[in-house]
Amino acid sequence: MTPHCRYVLRLADTNLVLAQRLGEWVGHAPALEEDLGLANFALDLLGQARMLFAHAGELEGRGRGEDDLAYLREESEYLNLTLVEQPNGDFGRTIVRQFLFDAWQLALYEALLQSKDPRLAAIAARSAKESAYHLRYSGGWLIRLGDGTPESHERVQRALDRLWPFTNELFDGDDVDRAATGPGIGPAPESLRDAWSRRVDEVLAEATLERPPPVKFGWYGKQGRHGEHLGYLLAEMQSLHRAHPGATW
Amino acid sequence: MPSKVFLCQSWRCRRLREAALMYTQGLDSLGKECLRDEARDGAALETRFQARIDAEDKIEPKDWMPDAYRRTLIRQISQHAHSEIVGMLPEGNWITRAPSLLRKTILIAKVQDEGGHGAYLYSAAETLGVARAELVGQLLAGKAKYSSIFNYPTPTWADVGAIGWLVDGAAIMNQIPLCRCSYGPYARAMVRICKEESFHQRQGYEIMLRLARGTPAQREMAQAALDRWWWPSLMMFGPSDIDSKHSAQSMRWKIKRFSNDELRQKFVDYTVPQADFLGLQVPDPGLRWDDEAQHYRFGAIDWSEFEQVLQGNGPCNRERLEARRRAHDDGRWVREAAAAWAAKREAATAPRAA
Amino acid sequence: MSDPVKDWPLYEIFIRARSGLDHKHVGSLHATDARMAIEHARDLYTRRQEGVSIWAVRSNDIVASDPAEAEALFEPARDKVYRHPTFYDIPDEVKTL
Repeated sequence: MTPHCRYVLRLADTNLVLAQRLGEWVGHAPALEEDLGLANFALDLLGQARMLFAHAGELEGRGRGEDDLAYLREESEYLNLTLVEQPNGDFGRTIVRQFLFDAWQLALYEALLQSKDPRLAAIAARSAKESAYHLRYSGGWLIRLGDGTPESHERVQRALDRLWPFTNELFDGDDVDRAATGPGIGPAPESLRDAWSRRVDEVLAEATLERPPPVKFGWYGKQGRHGEHLGYLLAEMQSLHRAHPGATW
Repeated sequence: MPSKVFLCQSWRCRRLREAALMYTQGLDSLGKECLRDEARDGAALETRFQARIDAEDKIEPKDWMPDAYRRTLIRQISQHAHSEIVGMLPEGNWITRAPSLLRKTILIAKVQDEGGHGAYLYSAAETLGVARAELVGQLLAGKAKYSSIFNYPTPTWADVGAIGWLVDGAAIMNQIPLCRCSYGPYARAMVRICKEESFHQRQGYEIMLRLARGTPAQREMAQAALDRWWWPSLMMFGPSDIDSKHSAQSMRWKIKRFSNDELRQKFVDYTVPQADFLGLQVPDPGLRWDDEAQHYRFGAIDWSEFEQVLQGNGPCNRERLEARRRAHDDGRWVREAAAAWAAKREAATAPRAA
Repeated sequence: MSDPVKDWPLYEIFIRARSGLDHKHVGSLHATDARMAIEHARDLYTRRQEGVSIWAVRSNDIVASDPAEAEALFEPARDKVYRHPTFYDIPDEVKTL
């Protein structure tokens, strides 16, 4: 698999795994309106994942479609960010995870508008609008919860501290990233840090939350090095499809 | 006193009141006198109300309406809303396991729509003067009814297809006539819902079609689902109207436009050919086409099962309510936080008292 | 213990479709603040349309005419036929009126 294909697959897997997590919320959110809001996120991210899978499949050239890639790969072949495979926890943790991700994804899509890969640039153009709305929604909720009640403040501060180590991966470029940056396919991950930091700090301030100190953490899902959560997630996601090899649905 | 004098007084009072309201902010004392007259005029109001209904007028939130009409509507609309919300659970169950990304997408969209329908209906119920929190409280306390069909489990993917095809199909039979119900907000919510509902039934039927034309294991899955959902779907239309206490008055008030039996018959007539097309067998040995009547005749429904489920002893009654209670309880701190934040903002931006 | 869902104010929502000329009332929803009201309205009422305009108004802020006043407010207009174009007899030769 070429680095270019791997780069795109990382984005596809990241969106799919996060959509899968959000799908778990449907019917269980704190209010009916939030059920609709989270479902909306899931649909948008799933749509982005499908476009990216189609592109990755073409780049790979082995005839694998979106379902082959999504349902028939193992944990170690999955290249999603570690951040998005973290369990939902309570609504606060879900919002913190979402916000940290949205701020990154928007910066990434904005950069990908200049990608030399025209398909990737087109996907980014469509997806950036959705991302902007997501950031508005998750940022809004983080502010309400951070500056709501003492209980909500404590819950999201704890979630922020817990999830912060997973943000290192977002800005730590490796060989695959460098192979994409060279030919102008994607931005250097480090280059997204400033825009991300600015957006995050602005919201954290309004949410009266403290930015956690930097933590060393180097187990990167984008390199196929996952913790224990992804296994359960994929088992649930893939079980029915795998139980009927070759069937269409 | 002779009634003629009553009417004269009441008429004059009303004209005076109207004139007063036109030119002033309203004269309370005058209003109170009119209330007394209205109590005496109760029968007249009811007659006028029924005349409006008979003329296919729409009743709007601030119009006069009999208490029983208001209560019946609140009950019916809220039950409908609760059904949509609880209905998110048996299908939502399969979102994380949907067997293709396209099916996952469609299923999330459908379940999201159902949540939306619940919201439209709560919104319509609230126009009648009841708060959503009160309605939800009744549901979670086990005091409110919702469509008992959602107390059945969805053990396989095929059940998702069966629900879309049969349960949504039955719901559509009920809902289309309601688009012309006498209460404006309910009718308008139903129009919106019906527009969105057609995709729901089609997605369900398409799932069944793929399964029926798929592998032997998939065909078996589809047949088993039909076996599970056929009779509960027929029961969705409710008992025969002779046994239903609400039917007659609801028909007069145009809250209900067709009888349970009429709708059930229509459903069977539409759906049996659809099952035939799938190559699946309807689980009713008594089913046969009556050429003279141009209807399908079907076997007797076992209402004892319906009763059990209604009383809370169906396969998933407890799970459904527990899930909703958990969502509500787990979300309390979130709702409190949002309200607290908004209150802080309002206090901060409120103009200082002079 | 009272549940704060009671305290989330009710908002009435008006939507103008991309091809529409005016905002139509589509229903209501609960939200704690204006921004949330718009986001909820978007998720609840615009799932099938693009390029819409959303107005959210606190239900309490809406002033409505009273149906009991309908006769007084609106009946007199029915007699004022001279406001309708069909009342006037314009010779056929005058084309653009």
